[in-house]
Amino acid sequence: MLYDALIGPFTEFEFMRRALAAVIALALAGAPIGVFLMLRRMSLVGDAMAHAILPGAAVGFLLSGLNLFAMTAGGLIAGFAVAILAGVVARSTGLKEDASLATFYLASLALGVTIVSIKGTNIDLLHVLFGNILAMDDQTLLVVAFNATVTLLVLAVIYRPLVIESVDPLFLRTVSRAGGPAHLAFLALVVINLVNGFQALGTLLAVGLMILPAGIARFWSRDLTAMICIAVVAAAISGYAGLVLSFQTRVPSGPAIILVATVIYVVSVLFGRVGGIVRQLFPGRHLEA
Amino acid sequence: MAALHFHNVTLGYDRHPAVHHLSGEVARGALVAVIGPNGAGKSTLLRGIVGILKPLDGSIHLGGLDARDVAYLPQSAEIDRSFPISVFDFVGTGLWRATSLFGGIGKAARGKILRAIASVGLNGFENRPIGTLSGGQMQRVLFARVLLQDASLIVLDEPFNAIDAKTTADLLALVKQWHNEGRTVLAALHDMEMVRNHFSETLVLARGPVAWGPTADVLTPENLLVAMRMCEAFDDSAAACAADDISSRAA
Repeated sequence: MLYDALIGPFTEFEFMRRALAAVIALALAGAPIGVFLMLRRMSLVGDAMAHAILPGAAVGFLLSGLNLFAMTAGGLIAGFAVAILAGVVARSTGLKEDASLATFYLASLALGVTIVSIKGTNIDLLHVLFGNILAMDDQTLLVVAFNATVTLLVLAVIYRPLVIESVDPLFLRTVSRAGGPAHLAFLALVVINLVNGFQALGTLLAVGLMILPAGIARFWSRDLTAMICIAVVAAAISGYAGLVLSFQTRVPSGPAIILVATVIYVVSVLFGRVGGIVRQLFPGRHLEA
Repeated sequence: MAALHFHNVTLGYDRHPAVHHLSGEVARGALVAVIGPNGAGKSTLLRGIVGILKPLDGSIHLGGLDARDVAYLPQSAEIDRSFPISVFDFVGTGLWRATSLFGGIGKAARGKILRAIASVGLNGFENRPIGTLSGGQMQRVLFARVLLQDASLIVLDEPFNAIDAKTTADLLALVKQWHNEGRTVLAALHDMEMVRNHFSETLVLARGPVAWGPTADVLTPENLLVAMRMCEAFDDSAAACAADDISSRAA
């Protein structure tokens, strides 16, 4: 009975196995990126970037139909252009990164909508907006796995400068020039993972599998390594449970995954060891020293 | 052999000078106090030395040193204290020059980090997140990192601000130890008593240099009065500075 509900769908149907593989790949790469987004106070930057990607994907769709490579390429180009331009403008003029990014993603969004309306085709962008993790073919799955691998490798390379720049940017500037390149590489990783996520979850929810697990991790640990591990596990569990929920009910897979993550998040806010609400209300007697 | 050369250097922001036409040199191994009222350009000068501010004019030479041979302790470090990093890891970043992107932190390096933490009196704090430290403890942590950087030129911007007497005494002892090891130390300071008692050389700055030399000769009431009278405000309609033309004509 329990087996039928929790494991059965995956042994029985290939599309469920593909979906599970995809969601685990997304969790492995996206969650660490989400932790850094949160710690660098860039949580909403991820959201803005998701909007910047949308028009690129739409252009790809217009040019070659529902071809995931074209849409991915379009999304990557739009996302990179916005991320890098915003980063360069922020670094060279002293304009704050969020203000600079807001300008560029709005411009990108407006441009995309303009292109779509000039073309005038009646296209169904529902797939782009909400994704469909249950319709993964081999190629798409390989793209997702490839992107996840690249993300983890690049993250390993830029890990130290990224951490130091997050804590003490001035110090990094005095000892090394790696700060700027590391930041740009990080923005590129954000874009890659958003594009990766939108095949499974759609543009609007892709950022959810990055930010929600990071938020969850923040309530359970004060240590960066532990936070990253917790975020990955939380993302993978959300993905798995979301797929099961989606299979057993009629909830679409993308929203189901994010809803499960939201439930875990709420539980963490209430009962988390680090700053959870219950812990704050009943902290126990103060210590001796 | 000088550790630092200033060639008619002007540093500032948006074309407005904050340090105006400073020339001179700091001998290797010198212990120099930089004093002056708020807005005199002390921090600007130090930022120029460590290379995070480019001179508007003139140049600063580090006497053959690499930028990585310079350790800098900024006045209000832009440190994100909420970032989940332990005292041990944070101090460990001082080993950047040796480890860079991928260098391992071996047993010897761990020993160094632990000794640095111990020598600022923070034994037992290794695993504490930096967010839980008090202001004075954080300043000790920053000194421990400077210690690990093992730099031949050490630049401290008002290192004893809002620090209690005990911590100040401990950290001042470290500064003197660096001096005894032959390192060049520049510190922006406000405590005249400390400058008089512990620093052999003093630069009085008030936008331009007021006086520079042995502390006993320089730290006079007259010089301090001149520094105090410095006009702080920028003049938005100021004309381009002509002093360069004058000095080049003289040459």
